[in-house]
Amino acid sequence: MSVTDDEILPAVIAALEEATQHKVPVTPATVLRQDLNLDSLAEMDLIMALEDRFDVSISINHLPEIDTVAELAAMIAKMKKG
Amino acid sequence: MALFDKFAPLLKHYADVNAAGHNPFKVNIEQVLSPTEAMVNGRETLLVGTNNYLGLTFEPECIEAAIDALRREGTGTTGSRVANGSYEQHRRLEEELADFFGRKSAMVFSTGHHANLGLLSTLAGPHDHLVIDADSHASIYDGCKLSSAQVTRFKHNNPADLDKRLGRLASLPGEKIVVLEGIYSMLGDRAPLKEMVAICKRHGAYVVVDEAHSLGVLGRHGRGLCEEAEVEDQVDFIVGTFSKSLGAVGGFIVSNHPEFDVLRVACRTYKFTASLPPSVMASVRAALGVMRKKPELRLRLKANSKLLYDGMVALGFQVGPEVSPVVAVHLPNLEMGVRFWNMLLESGVYVNLAPPQATPNGVTLLRCSVCAAHTKEQLVRILDVFQAIGTELGLLQAPARRVAAQ
Ligand SMILES: Cc1ncc(COP(=O)(O)O)c(C=O)c1O
Repeated sequence: MSVTDDEILPAVIAALEEATQHKVPVTPATVLRQDLNLDSLAEMDLIMALEDRFDVSISINHLPEIDTVAELAAMIAKMKKG
Repeated sequence: MALFDKFAPLLKHYADVNAAGHNPFKVNIEQVLSPTEAMVNGRETLLVGTNNYLGLTFEPECIEAAIDALRREGTGTTGSRVANGSYEQHRRLEEELADFFGRKSAMVFSTGHHANLGLLSTLAGPHDHLVIDADSHASIYDGCKLSSAQVTRFKHNNPADLDKRLGRLASLPGEKIVVLEGIYSMLGDRAPLKEMVAICKRHGAYVVVDEAHSLGVLGRHGRGLCEEAEVEDQVDFIVGTFSKSLGAVGGFIVSNHPEFDVLRVACRTYKFTASLPPSVMASVRAALGVMRKKPELRLRLKANSKLLYDGMVALGFQVGPEVSPVVAVHLPNLEMGVRFWNMLLESGVYVNLAPPQATPNGVTLLRCSVCAAHTKEQLVRILDVFQAIGTELGLLQAPARRVAAQ
């Protein structure tokens, strides 16, 4: 389960592609709510899956601060450092 | 984008729901006749979607107590207790609640929603962690949002998942506060409380249990799931509401924590809203008394719940995972749900339609809530109506089996 920082972004992209069943291309600039059409519940469920993937805790109270996939990856990297 | 444009998707959703006839979210109750009957669209209608679990809304003792309080203490308190003071009714109600739960302190709020909002947002500071079930009630989510705390969700009623997530938080600073519910309001399933509370304690976490749907319903004295699961001494805060089994409105928290009372000056949903009117508190106190005096209400509710649940299963409907006063009938999609709901109303049966947005895993539910005051004849009628409509809509095998309600 251990991942380094530069592995996080590709892994987040892969997880998002899987969660959205590869219907939309996911890039670092993809805007979660708008481009992936995630509602707040889907977004929270995605966070739960990413928490398990990276063995971190991501507070759902931080979600409003996150727009893009790159921002999400950066947040996970920050959480991993503790 | 104009101010109200953001609501377009929501309006479209309501328009779709409207298209089938009556709007399930704008039902006009022309006159309530009893805990189980009302006039709707000029028709006498059987109420099976009220959360009025013990049927106390027309209890003569509660009505008389409310009238007496109205005459003696007037229609309202016209302000918060911090500004306008506490009435005799506030003090007595809190004493009686604390006594009923066997706790040191009780604190009354204007609604259960306010109790959750106030407790969670006040108790948890910026470095603390609120750990909540993924299927928590909106008021728990709102409390988390209003707090400055870190918020972690765990998989619904899943002790192993709770354990894993608490384990991850172990190395982080701050207190951990786990929020559970007795009976979950949509599917009627209960938390595996004994196991979950043991996990919380192992991780040194505080435990909050919301007994909104289990007060008066579970436990030998009606104290809820904490009583039934024998974990009361390990649960730090119990939240509840007067709006369901006690037939009125208002919310509360009880606790043994020695410093609990500081919440009265810290909690904004306590300080900055008007307190309950004396008449409401008087009726709640009377309802608490009736609940204590008449355990048969709880037994009747249990028998009624089993009759409706088993009856739905026998008909071939998919329902929630266990017998409970919330009998959640699953339908294949929202469109079918809206049609079924309309046909029920046309047949004089009122239930709650729960659309995918409001339910776990996005299912459509016809959510029935059973009342101790439902007669056997009423329950059989509900099952007959469900059978007829289910058959007409092709959801049940025809000819369906007769209801085994004898
Ligand atoms: C689990 C839960 N908590 C709290 C509440 C809020 O109760 P109230 O109606 O008193 O605001 C409800 C009721 O909808 C509920 O289901």
